[in-house]
Amino acid sequence: MKYNYYPGCSLERNAYAYHQSTLAIAKPLGIEFEEIEDWNCCGATEYTSINLLASYALITRNLALAAKNVDIHKLVAPCSACFLNLAKVNHNLVESPELAEKVNTALGAGGLHYTPGSQEIYHLLEILFNEVGLDTIQSKVTKPLIGLRIAPYYGCMVVRPGYSRKFDNPEHPTSLDKMMSALGANVVDFPLKANCCGGHMTQISPPVAYEMLRRLLHNAAEYQTDIIVTLCPMCQLNLDAYQDNVNQYFKTKYKIPILYFTQLIGLAFGIPAEKLGIGKELVNARPALAKIGVEVPEPQPVKGQKREKPAKEALPMPTMPEEK
Amino acid sequence: MTEHNVFPTTPTFMDKVNAETPGDPRLEMCIQCGTCGGSCPSGPDMEHTPRALFQMIKAGMKDMVLSSNTPWYCVSCYYCTVRCPQEVHITELMYTLKRMAIQEGLYRESTASRAPDFSGTFIDYVENYGRSFELGLATRYHLSHNPLNMVSMASMGMGMFIKGRMDLIPTRIKSLKQLKAILAKAKQIGGAA
Repeated sequence: MKYNYYPGCSLERNAYAYHQSTLAIAKPLGIEFEEIEDWNCCGATEYTSINLLASYALITRNLALAAKNVDIHKLVAPCSACFLNLAKVNHNLVESPELAEKVNTALGAGGLHYTPGSQEIYHLLEILFNEVGLDTIQSKVTKPLIGLRIAPYYGCMVVRPGYSRKFDNPEHPTSLDKMMSALGANVVDFPLKANCCGGHMTQISPPVAYEMLRRLLHNAAEYQTDIIVTLCPMCQLNLDAYQDNVNQYFKTKYKIPILYFTQLIGLAFGIPAEKLGIGKELVNARPALAKIGVEVPEPQPVKGQKREKPAKEALPMPTMPEEK
Repeated sequence: MTEHNVFPTTPTFMDKVNAETPGDPRLEMCIQCGTCGGSCPSGPDMEHTPRALFQMIKAGMKDMVLSSNTPWYCVSCYYCTVRCPQEVHITELMYTLKRMAIQEGLYRESTASRAPDFSGTFIDYVENYGRSFELGLATRYHLSHNPLNMVSMASMGMGMFIKGRMDLIPTRIKSLKQLKAILAKAKQIGGAA
């Protein structure tokens, strides 16, 4: 199975673990991803707030570049916001030929053109759930995640509003639950699984975001969750990197690691933790993964920080007492 | 005999809001049921619930609508959109209201007056590099708006940096000239919208 692949800015750096684990599980599942050549940012939720047509042109450039790959008609994005933007624009350009013409005039300034609807947009979860299928996934499991309590967290944009297709229930989705069960994990009931992580509110008005994050963490903690599993870099970032801020703000002590669903699939396939980017999370997943016998190597010291030892033939240098 | 203009020819504020939204946003179909506000995760922090805001739009209260913090507190979770019994494209309408608030300069009156700057800083990197840049965004935005917040954000940022999750310099796409030409053309065609 071949797909066009749009990683998006987050997967280049802050969510590199998501990219790494996606590529790591692709091979055993027989998926080939062809990354769009020289793709650009999708504008997240910010560009449409400022300039509609420019944001549509920004997004459609990626679609036009993907469509250059004439043999592949399916475009996959692992990031929820990228997925939604690509799907929304693709949908609206089909609905409104007038808008499509304007966008194509803009693309023309860069020598590009896109036929609306010529690419079908998928989120990675949908590809794994519907095209690869749970049976295939289950057949590759060598180290089932038995005993691991997992809260499946969908967030918003993969299940709502469903511009390309409604592949799961927008309020009570179950695809990720089923997938985690197929890996042998103990999937907990997680009523807030499709609630919002706060999105960009961590920047605009942190207390608003902290309250949304607190609700999610509280709900997961109520069910003795070992790990919250996400499928979106924004959800992962907010829950993981701001968990400390939430604890300080509410005087709470949550310590729930947040991993990508692809990382858990990889673990169940027997892929070593370090090849899945595990260890990059800020709330340490090591204690939770130790429950199922997965060892995560200690973090490597950042290169360049270690002082080089002087060459033996160099002149003796004065040493500090504690170095003796 | 006085002539009553039953069908006004000049577009109302509501017509303009609808026209600036892609597709058919169905704002005129709102029946004021309040499902949107009840579904909104940031609803309690909004000055007006979406329901109230929509009635204000119908009443032509342009200045009050465009200086409300409501659109800026929308987190794009689309709960309201999928629950609306009248299928009003509420989240999309919020984006339209943000754009209109910027055009009219009315966002400055809002308690969320920092929000457009966040969007502006974000897209500045996108327009000049083709990719977003988290470190630059965070430092530029927080330094100008919330220097005190830098302290709490800095420890988080340091954690991200140590884990190798933050770049010190932005990534630039190869065909930046092409992207800039496309965006310039789009802005020229689209005008303010």
